[in-house]
Amino acid sequence: MHIPDGYLGPYTYIALWIIMIPIWYYAGNKLGRELKSRQVPLLALAAAFSFVIMMFNVPIPGGSTGHAVGAAIIGIVLGPWAGVIAISVALVLQALMFGDGGITAIAANCFNMAVIMPFSGYYIYKFISGSAPLASSRRIIAAAVAGYVSLALAATSTGIMFGIQPLLHKSAEGVPLYMPYSLNITVPAMLLEHIFGFSILEAVITALIFVYIQKTDSSLLYGEKEMAIERKRKKGTTA
Amino acid sequence: MDKTVKKLAIGLLVLVILCPLGLLAIGETFGEWSNEEMQEKLGFVPPGLESLSSLWSAPLPDYALPGSGDTMTMAAAAYILSAVIGVVLCGGFLYLIGKKLARD
Repeated sequence: MHIPDGYLGPYTYIALWIIMIPIWYYAGNKLGRELKSRQVPLLALAAAFSFVIMMFNVPIPGGSTGHAVGAAIIGIVLGPWAGVIAISVALVLQALMFGDGGITAIAANCFNMAVIMPFSGYYIYKFISGSAPLASSRRIIAAAVAGYVSLALAATSTGIMFGIQPLLHKSAEGVPLYMPYSLNITVPAMLLEHIFGFSILEAVITALIFVYIQKTDSSLLYGEKEMAIERKRKKGTTA
Repeated sequence: MDKTVKKLAIGLLVLVILCPLGLLAIGETFGEWSNEEMQEKLGFVPPGLESLSSLWSAPLPDYALPGSGDTMTMAAAAYILSAVIGVVLCGGFLYLIGKKLARD
């Protein structure tokens, strides 16, 4: 899902830089206002985890390979804005140091994996969880679905970015200048390999990490600390 | 550090050691073809793609040491090294920034 240099023409990659710069700026500001010392190791760990999990290429039938991103669980645990920062840091390093994803496409790749994923992941998790107790299994399902759908959405967005290139950039003779395949090929290709392959992996990873945090220290979950303290206090008064 | 976070860090360490498993997956990735693969598919390389694709030369392209041969052992070692670099730089950078930003 890391778009290399040369697949997106300037209209698309410049537009995404223009979209991403204010998002990074706002995310950084928000982090500055809300980050607690206790969350710092978790934030560092999240970026490192996302970096490493993307190195686990898995094959799927049909001869294609791909990977999970770990972005939904990061959105659920640290909140979507912190997720933007953590995953963007991993993606920028992958592009600069390892040539995984293009330099021109950094903003596009960050939009797909560091914005769409933690946001859709977090809100899907919240929506399915509803008011279920922190320890409930409904929340595990919510996390798994969040992981699954978030990666499928990122894949769709990547497919759309690819597919609009032949519409935007053609030579006078009609030769495509960048990604040559159009939407009717790129979107199904990206979507299918994810919904039948990599999204399943993302769902499993999201659920596993979620269960671990849920069972050991659910006060780490974004926005749940106050709730947990509240409950402890109630328990304390009744005991 | 929280006990849970410490355990998660140990989990990450295990992932770093196991990461060469990611090298076993053989196949292409949609939309990440090299110029040669593009030539094979289309019979030509789109001109914009050809000129932009060489824009940046990464120091460790594809998580490998350039010119280190292509034995599996070397590739696995370079892959682990890449993961370590990734963990140290991503984690280190955010840890320092986070320490600066965090207020209680």
